[in-house]
Amino acid sequence: MSEPTMLRHVRVDLALHRLQDGPGHPLLLLHGLGERSPAAVPGWAASWPGPIHALDFTGHGGSSVPVGGGYTAEVLMADADAALAHLGPATVLGRGLGAYIALLIAGARPDLVRGAVLADGPGLAGGGSVPGSPYVIRLDPAQPAAPDPFVLAELSRDVRPPDYAVAFVFQAVNRSDLPDPIVVSATTRPDWLRAVVESPGVRQLSTSEGLALYARPAP
Amino acid sequence: MSDVGGTGPDSTGIEAMTDEDVPPEYPGARPPDRLRTVDSAGLTIQVHEWGDEAAPAILLTHGGFDFARTFSVFAPLLADGGLRAVAWDQRGHGDSQHAPLYSWDADVRDAVAVLDSIGSDPIPILGHSKGGNLMLQLADACPHRVSYLVNFDGLPGNWAAPDVSDHERSRMREEEIRNWLDRRRRAADASRRPGTLSELARRRADMNPRLSFEWLRYLAGVGARRDPDGWRWKIDPTLRMGGFGPWRPDWALHRLSALGMPLLGIVGLQPEQMGMGVTPESIQAYLPPAARLVAFEDTGHFLHIEQPRRAADLVLEALR
Repeated sequence: MSEPTMLRHVRVDLALHRLQDGPGHPLLLLHGLGERSPAAVPGWAASWPGPIHALDFTGHGGSSVPVGGGYTAEVLMADADAALAHLGPATVLGRGLGAYIALLIAGARPDLVRGAVLADGPGLAGGGSVPGSPYVIRLDPAQPAAPDPFVLAELSRDVRPPDYAVAFVFQAVNRSDLPDPIVVSATTRPDWLRAVVESPGVRQLSTSEGLALYARPAP
Repeated sequence: MSDVGGTGPDSTGIEAMTDEDVPPEYPGARPPDRLRTVDSAGLTIQVHEWGDEAAPAILLTHGGFDFARTFSVFAPLLADGGLRAVAWDQRGHGDSQHAPLYSWDADVRDAVAVLDSIGSDPIPILGHSKGGNLMLQLADACPHRVSYLVNFDGLPGNWAAPDVSDHERSRMREEEIRNWLDRRRRAADASRRPGTLSELARRRADMNPRLSFEWLRYLAGVGARRDPDGWRWKIDPTLRMGGFGPWRPDWALHRLSALGMPLLGIVGLQPEQMGMGVTPESIQAYLPPAARLVAFEDTGHFLHIEQPRRAADLVLEALR
C-alpha cells in the first residue's frame, strides 16, 4: 500500500489510503471498530470500476491516537466528512461501526454521499438503544497505539436509538438525488439497523449488488 | 498608547498597560489558595483549591462554557466555613488542556481523576448546570466515591419538545448537523475573537444577562489570556454551544431516582437562556428518598453567583 494522504481533522491527523485508481466517482471504505483500512481492494469491492479510498478513523490504523479519549460516533462522522471534503462526492461503504458512521454521514451530507452500503463488521451494535448502567472507563495507555483502547471501550458502549438512526435515513432520502440512497447488506440487525431497513428509501441487497447499484453514472 | 478599549484589537504588540489591561478585583472574590494539575489519561486538568488542605474536601464542578474561577466568591465562603473546596476546569475550559476529543463520558472520567487526586474516601460533590448533570452521572456510576450530592440548577428536566412541527424540527436538525460539520472543517485554525476586558465582558453578557458588568469583567480577567492583539477567552475555540446527538434528557431523570446518597438541589426560578427550566413541580416525582430541594424565587440560573452567601450557607448546613 502506498503512503496515505494525511488529512487534518481539528487536532487529529487522519490517514486516507488510495487502494485503486479508475474512472468515475470514488468509493470510500469505512472500517469496523478496532480494524484498520485494508491494504488492498477487498474481494467484495473488486467490481467497483472507479477509484477506491479507505479511511482510518481517529485512533485507528495510521491515524493519530489522541490523548484522553472522548470518542463519539458523531466525531467519527466528522472524520468521514473530512475524507469527503478531500474526495468530493463518493459512495460510502461501512463495516460494523463504519456502517453506522456511513448512515450518519449519508444523512448529514446527502449532496456528497452517492449511496451508502451498510455491511456487517465489528462494532455494529454499539451500546444498544438506551443507556445501560453508567460505568467510568479508566485507562492509562502508557504508549498510545492504534487501536486506541478508549475507542474500543467508548464506541462499544455508545447509545444508538432507532429513531435517531431513522432521522438520518429521512435526511438522506429527502435530500439525495438517488431514489434509494441507503443499502443494507448486513445480516446482523441490532435495533437501530432493524429500524433503518424498515424505512422507505432503504434497500436490502448484498454488498456487491449495493456497489453495482451505486457504481452507475449519476442520473 | 491609543485607547485599547476604543480602537479594538488591531495592535500588533503588547502595549503599555492601561486600566483595560489590569484584571479587576471583585468584592468577595479570592484567588485560589493552591493550584495544581491532574493527569487524566494523558490530558492535563487544572485544579484550583480554596481552604485548609487538611479540611474535609468538596468537589466543585462548573457548568458548560464556565470554568473553575466562576466559583471565586462561592468557594472562599465554603473554605471559610471549614471546607477544602476543590474546583477543576473541564477539558478545554479555563486552564485545562484543549483536548483532541470531547464527550460527556470523558468529562466524568476527568472528574474521577480529580477525585482520585484528593483521596479514595467518599466526599461531597457539587455541580452547577451541566456540571450538575455530570456529577449526577458520576454519583450513579461511582456511588462509593460520593457521600453527598449537591446540585445547583442542573437537575435533569423532562423537557417538552419545542412547539414546532416535525417538518420544521427535521429542518432545524439538518441545519444544525451541517453547520457543525462545516465548522469542524474550519476548526483546525479557529481562534477566539480578541478584545479588551470590557469587550469580553459585554459579549459574555449575552450568556449571563442577569449578572453585573462588574462581575463579568472580573471573570474576563481570570478566564481570558492577554495575547499581543488583545484578550481572548481561554476556552477551546473549537467548542460550541448546543449540538446534537442521541442523548435524551429523560434518561438522566432515571439516574436521579436511583441515587442512594443524600441530595441537596437548589433551583433558580427566574428563567434565562442558559437555564434548564426545571421547576420543583417538574422534578418532584423523580427525587430519590434522601433529597431536599430548595427554590430561589428571585434568582436565575447562576444562583451561586447571584446569591453566594445563601447558597454556601445551605451547603454548609447540609454537610454539617
